[in-house]
Amino acid sequence: MIAYIIRRLMYVLPILVGVNILTFALFFVVNTPDDMAHMQLGMKHVTEEAVDNWKAERGYDRPLFYNGEQAGLTTLTDTIFFDNSVRLFVFDFGQSDDGRDIGHDISERMWPSLALAIPTLIIGLLVNLTFAMLMAFFRGSYVDLSGVILCVVLMSISGLFYIIGGQWLVSKILHLVPISGYQPGLDAWKFLILPVIIGVIGGIGSGARWYRTIFLEEIARDYVRTARAKGLGEQMVLFRHVLRNALVPILTGVVVVIPLLFMGSLVMESFFGIPGLGSYTIDAIHKQDFAIVRSMVFLGSVLYIVGLILTDISYTLVDPRIRLN
Amino acid sequence: MALLANNRAFILFSGLLLVAVIVAISVPVKWVVLWTDALIFALITVILGSGWLVRNKPYLLAPWRRVLKRRLASAALVVLLSYVLIGLLDSVHFREALPPQVGSSEVHYSPHTLSVLDKLLTPIRIQEEKSYSAPFAIHLFSKESTQREDGTTVREYPRLQYGGAHLEDIQQRQTDITHTLLMASSYSLLAWLLLSALIIWIMAQRYSLSYRQQVERLVRGEMELPWRTLLLTLLAVMLFAFVAMMLGVKYHVFGTDKVGQDVLYQTLKSIRTGLVIGTLTTLIMLPFAVVLGVAAGYFRGWIDDTIQYIYTTLNSIPGVLLIAAAVLIMQAYIAGNPELFETMEERADARLFFLCLILGITSWTGLCRLLRGEALKLRELDYVQAAHAFGVPQHKILSSHIFPNVLHIVLITLVLDFSGLVLAEAVLSYVGIGVDPTMHSWGNMINGARLEMAREPMVWWSLMAAFIFMFILVLAANLFADAVRDAFDPRAQH
Amino acid sequence: MRIFTLLLLLMVIFLVGCDGAWNNPYPAEESEQNILYSSFQERPKHLDPAISYASNEIVFTGQIYEPVVQYHYLKRPYELIPLAGAAMPTVSYFDATGNELAGAGEAVAYTLYEITIQPGIQYQPHPAFVRDGDDYLYHNLSESEQAQVYTLDDLPQNDSRELVADDYIYQIKRLAHPALHSPILGLMSGYIDGLAEYSKELQQAHKSGEWLDLRDYSLSGVERVDRYTYRIKIEGSYPQFVYWLAMPFFAPVPWEADRLYSQPGLIEKNITLDWYPVGTGPFMLTVNNPNLQMVMERNPNFHGESYPTEGEPGDKVAGMLVDAGKPLPFIDKVVFSLEKESIPYWNKFLQGYYDASGISSDSFDQAISFDMSGQMGLGESMQAQGIQLKTTPAGSIFYMGFNMLDPVVGGESERARLLRQAISIAVDYEEFISIFANGRGLAAQGPLPPGIFGYLKGEQGMNPYVYDWVDGQVQRKSIDEAKQLLADAGYPGGRDAETGKPLTIHFDVTASGPDDKAWLNWYRKQFEKLGIQLMVRNTDYNRFREKMTNGNAQLFRWGWNADYPDPENFLFLLYGPNGKVNHSGVNAANYASVEFDALFEKLKNMPNGPARQAVIDETVKLLRHDAPWIWGMYSVSFALYHEWYQNLKRNMMANNTLKYARIDTELREQRRAEWNPPVVWPIALIVLAILLLIAPAFIAYRQREKRVVS
Repeated sequence: MIAYIIRRLMYVLPILVGVNILTFALFFVVNTPDDMAHMQLGMKHVTEEAVDNWKAERGYDRPLFYNGEQAGLTTLTDTIFFDNSVRLFVFDFGQSDDGRDIGHDISERMWPSLALAIPTLIIGLLVNLTFAMLMAFFRGSYVDLSGVILCVVLMSISGLFYIIGGQWLVSKILHLVPISGYQPGLDAWKFLILPVIIGVIGGIGSGARWYRTIFLEEIARDYVRTARAKGLGEQMVLFRHVLRNALVPILTGVVVVIPLLFMGSLVMESFFGIPGLGSYTIDAIHKQDFAIVRSMVFLGSVLYIVGLILTDISYTLVDPRIRLN
Repeated sequence: MALLANNRAFILFSGLLLVAVIVAISVPVKWVVLWTDALIFALITVILGSGWLVRNKPYLLAPWRRVLKRRLASAALVVLLSYVLIGLLDSVHFREALPPQVGSSEVHYSPHTLSVLDKLLTPIRIQEEKSYSAPFAIHLFSKESTQREDGTTVREYPRLQYGGAHLEDIQQRQTDITHTLLMASSYSLLAWLLLSALIIWIMAQRYSLSYRQQVERLVRGEMELPWRTLLLTLLAVMLFAFVAMMLGVKYHVFGTDKVGQDVLYQTLKSIRTGLVIGTLTTLIMLPFAVVLGVAAGYFRGWIDDTIQYIYTTLNSIPGVLLIAAAVLIMQAYIAGNPELFETMEERADARLFFLCLILGITSWTGLCRLLRGEALKLRELDYVQAAHAFGVPQHKILSSHIFPNVLHIVLITLVLDFSGLVLAEAVLSYVGIGVDPTMHSWGNMINGARLEMAREPMVWWSLMAAFIFMFILVLAANLFADAVRDAFDPRAQH
Repeated sequence: MRIFTLLLLLMVIFLVGCDGAWNNPYPAEESEQNILYSSFQERPKHLDPAISYASNEIVFTGQIYEPVVQYHYLKRPYELIPLAGAAMPTVSYFDATGNELAGAGEAVAYTLYEITIQPGIQYQPHPAFVRDGDDYLYHNLSESEQAQVYTLDDLPQNDSRELVADDYIYQIKRLAHPALHSPILGLMSGYIDGLAEYSKELQQAHKSGEWLDLRDYSLSGVERVDRYTYRIKIEGSYPQFVYWLAMPFFAPVPWEADRLYSQPGLIEKNITLDWYPVGTGPFMLTVNNPNLQMVMERNPNFHGESYPTEGEPGDKVAGMLVDAGKPLPFIDKVVFSLEKESIPYWNKFLQGYYDASGISSDSFDQAISFDMSGQMGLGESMQAQGIQLKTTPAGSIFYMGFNMLDPVVGGESERARLLRQAISIAVDYEEFISIFANGRGLAAQGPLPPGIFGYLKGEQGMNPYVYDWVDGQVQRKSIDEAKQLLADAGYPGGRDAETGKPLTIHFDVTASGPDDKAWLNWYRKQFEKLGIQLMVRNTDYNRFREKMTNGNAQLFRWGWNADYPDPENFLFLLYGPNGKVNHSGVNAANYASVEFDALFEKLKNMPNGPARQAVIDETVKLLRHDAPWIWGMYSVSFALYHEWYQNLKRNMMANNTLKYARIDTELREQRRAEWNPPVVWPIALIVLAILLLIAPAFIAYRQREKRVVS
């Protein structure tokens, strides 16, 4: 087990290097240090000298990959790439282009993101499971049919409509919750309740339909027939056997996304003014803050890979037949 | 597709094509083929070509028949096809010749690119008001200071320049609308009856039945394909088209936007954007996904490792960030090479094309992984192993055994991805990395509407129009995709 | 199902348990406090007075730092009065040999500003001042101590000290600090004696990571006279300099703070002057969380100031002088919440959760109504809410510039000039203002906006190349006249008279928002009126800037906000030696006219008066004729505020106005409760609908159960 995890981690390294090189190249083609300097220094009365100073201070006046002015190994290490990328591997994100500590910002903004994402995930899972069970239980009846149609209809509505409509109705017309904003601590609930509900509703369509398919596949299996033959009631069969077995693919599917919850939701967070990592990323894109975007890309990649490994592990945990090798 | 599978249809089609070419040459315009246009026509050619190829292969047609047999799916298909028709009309671009200049024989063309759809919608396109007006309104949405004849200034809602301008008395609006509505309905009913009669006549010929028998079969739903549903959906579509057009030239059916442009026109123009993103994205990356996926699964070894490395790396970068970076690059490229893009439409189109490309890069990995898995399974099958043992060359095995057997996966992915991509466009536009802000798209409309929602009284019609058109397209696509998946996926036949 | 109902019941109980409105975004315990609620849209990048220049930063720095002079809150035209200074700076002029002159004139070689500050002003409590015997407690933290500091609050002790002239000198020196990149260094180097050399000297002395004690390096242009007095030496004469003295660039910075913040372990955690300002002003920044909230609280050491006792005529009637003579500030705390989107911001304002608001263009109809004579007033629903409206010219201009280096639209040729004039007529800014700014603006007649000396009203101030004077009003010339001009320029009907080629003009913009499509279309329509094809080249800000620096643009939009209320601050945007391409200056149109440059140099140093007005008139006339810009619009600044907000008067120059604001908290609390009654019945309805939907299924299930049993 441990050997497997170590081997997986070894495999991760080249991927992260690849991610880094790719994003680095992308961002330096788009956004030369000159651009960054002008962006950060503002537009009134900026001299070329100020731009050069700014670049020199952040080490952006050096070559990208190869520094011919240095000798030996430093030709490679005294470059923008080496300086900015190698540090990432120890999660030292450095400073954003406007001088804030990215690591600190991430550790602070992570919590609101989680406060939004975790309830959405859990409640969404419960609601979807209930809904899917309901459809599976009444399979073939009008409940099932109208349920499936409802799912398709819900799926066909853009998430933006849920957000715009929900915010307008609940906050503006009904005065039930604040329109946007955030307070740290327990006070956060009144800001989170609406985005969570919207997130859950937005996810019902695809989620419940998918779970229904899994349930139906499970119901079609032989052991269910056996259980029924034993004389177990439909309710028992469904809860005791089908749900249990269907949970395996469902939960392992959930495991993949758990680490990515840290990244937050781009759209939801910026609509509701929640100071999480999602809105952090969007702001960075708008400001073209290279350092933040690169850090978020790196973080996202790491979390994605962690998710994959966790999935593998959870497979073995729930299903002893699968061995990791 | 099944419909095209007979020679008569083919001859008809070639005839139409010939007429189109003759018209194209004789009209004094400069035809413009945008990048996405070219790809769209390539896609259409591929679809028609493969339709032609499979016309006599019942085992390949069978799944399509299964799709069409579903009533919901065939209704969805009619809706989809009408969207596609609008999209296609909007994909034939040209630049009109400017009126000749005295003393110069050289013909100059307008720098604005129009499409056939623009030309068809000319009255709706050019009837621009000053600012917002509500659906069917005959006054502007906000008051303005106007000078009366006696010199006093009053704040009032000014009459629209076009919407309801034909009315002498504003009281007549209700009757006029009802009247137009009735006229449009009867026209569409008439047109539909004629069309149905033609179709029924063709079918009666084919099955050697009397006309009356054929009608009875159809009404009772005894046909193999759900023709009743097909025709009824067609009626709904035609009804909408007639009503929208006949009312659209007199009123602004969905109101006007901030600069007074007709919202119906905008949302019709957005159809092409949605379709292009939904189809071309998958299409552009398809060759890579198929080649790499099959190669990885079939050859294994270091090829597999390399390809897996590439797609895991790409996959692990959060998609939005990759798209953001790429869109910024492409903006820089367009800005740096203005000589390549002569008109605004070309610039916007180039951005759309790049966006498809980028979306493709972020979304091909899923398909690639699926294909790899399938190829892994297929190479172990007996007949492939046997072919191998007999020394059949690799490329032959790939082309005749592996490739045809993964096609259904490609097809399913294509239709399943479609609706997701249409929805993604809206979100990307919100983030500011979607299509060009000057391009008509539902995403841009929704984003604009967010500001309008804060107005009091609220301006809801842009949002509503985008919602309706987008919802219908995505719903139809979802329903159709479900049917396709069920019909083609060998596992899902329960 | 039962659990669900229970949860719902619990939720309702919980909600009802909260008193007041449910949608209050602030903690309940804040409701009775004397707090002003405001917002910020974007994280302020710099709060260091040597760097900060943006308007969203000055909202903070203006309240915290106290320069020697300030703008009078109520008087118009804008007037400078002492703030930290004991009196207004005294100005004396000298010739090359050092003899004092009677006034500004040709012979002036340098000017001296002597400034005396009030004694006894104390800084806000701050750890930098805490002494430990002869030394300072926190100035030399060890590495491990530094590692434990995450915010300034981790340095628990605070102290203060008296403000002295040296602090002002220290800040002027900081403008030249090589690590700070003050945006005005380049400009000031041309005026403050020796600043350019000083900057070079510091560059040599500066070592990365080490504190540069600026007290050890003397700057020839500033001189300490005594504890409370200092002098600034300006090369030549620069009458506008006194306006700069009102900006935070010339506020005091104590060296102790600079020393404290120079420790590398603190810099790493953003504990710098950029984030934790130290000032003598009425407020101090106590919470600095740019992700969520910035809070300023009353400075306990504030030296005291009283509300002005006189103002403009009419201020008394308007109730602006009710608090005359009372001690400032009135409020205890200002809470700035992060609000990126305009819609939530506007809605929260209407719900009473922000005390004041600007008006977004899209909310305008509800906000403003016009009476019979076309006068603006508040809309009915807003009046019913007791909301008030104040307007004032914003002292800014939004224009479209032609690149004068461009072969088609630029240059001094008659042809290009006629083309520019034709376009100036065609682009109907009156319509632009009514659609996109909803009337919040004035179509510009020239480079100088109202409120700036030199601006003229009525027929005198009309641009005769674009407008006619008809029945006592300005009226845009007809499009036919523009077409005639275009034909005279050699483009009849928008086609080149010789080749017949349609005339295409490139318009470079940075547009990405949802609203941008509308105005791009609008511009296109304007040019279509002349038959000219407008090609919009949309790009991001970086590319746009690049194009401007290289002179690749043809037509662009730009705006300018006044730094100070003097015509020089606008006209220098067209001064030849400020050309963007050739001199990387601010003259983005690259307009260069010998005649204009001479006039500009002349009017620059003149005192306001009829003589200056005459020169300005001549200059403006020349500019209108040459039409390097489509003058565009002067924006009008609007403020909406609730009835509980007292003493609000728009002042476009002053930035330290929060100290004048007074809040009636009781009234606010009452109104908020009235305006935000929670509406619960639709939720109940939805729950009922869900139950109704599920009930038949449940019944069916029960029946099936029975069947299974039987």
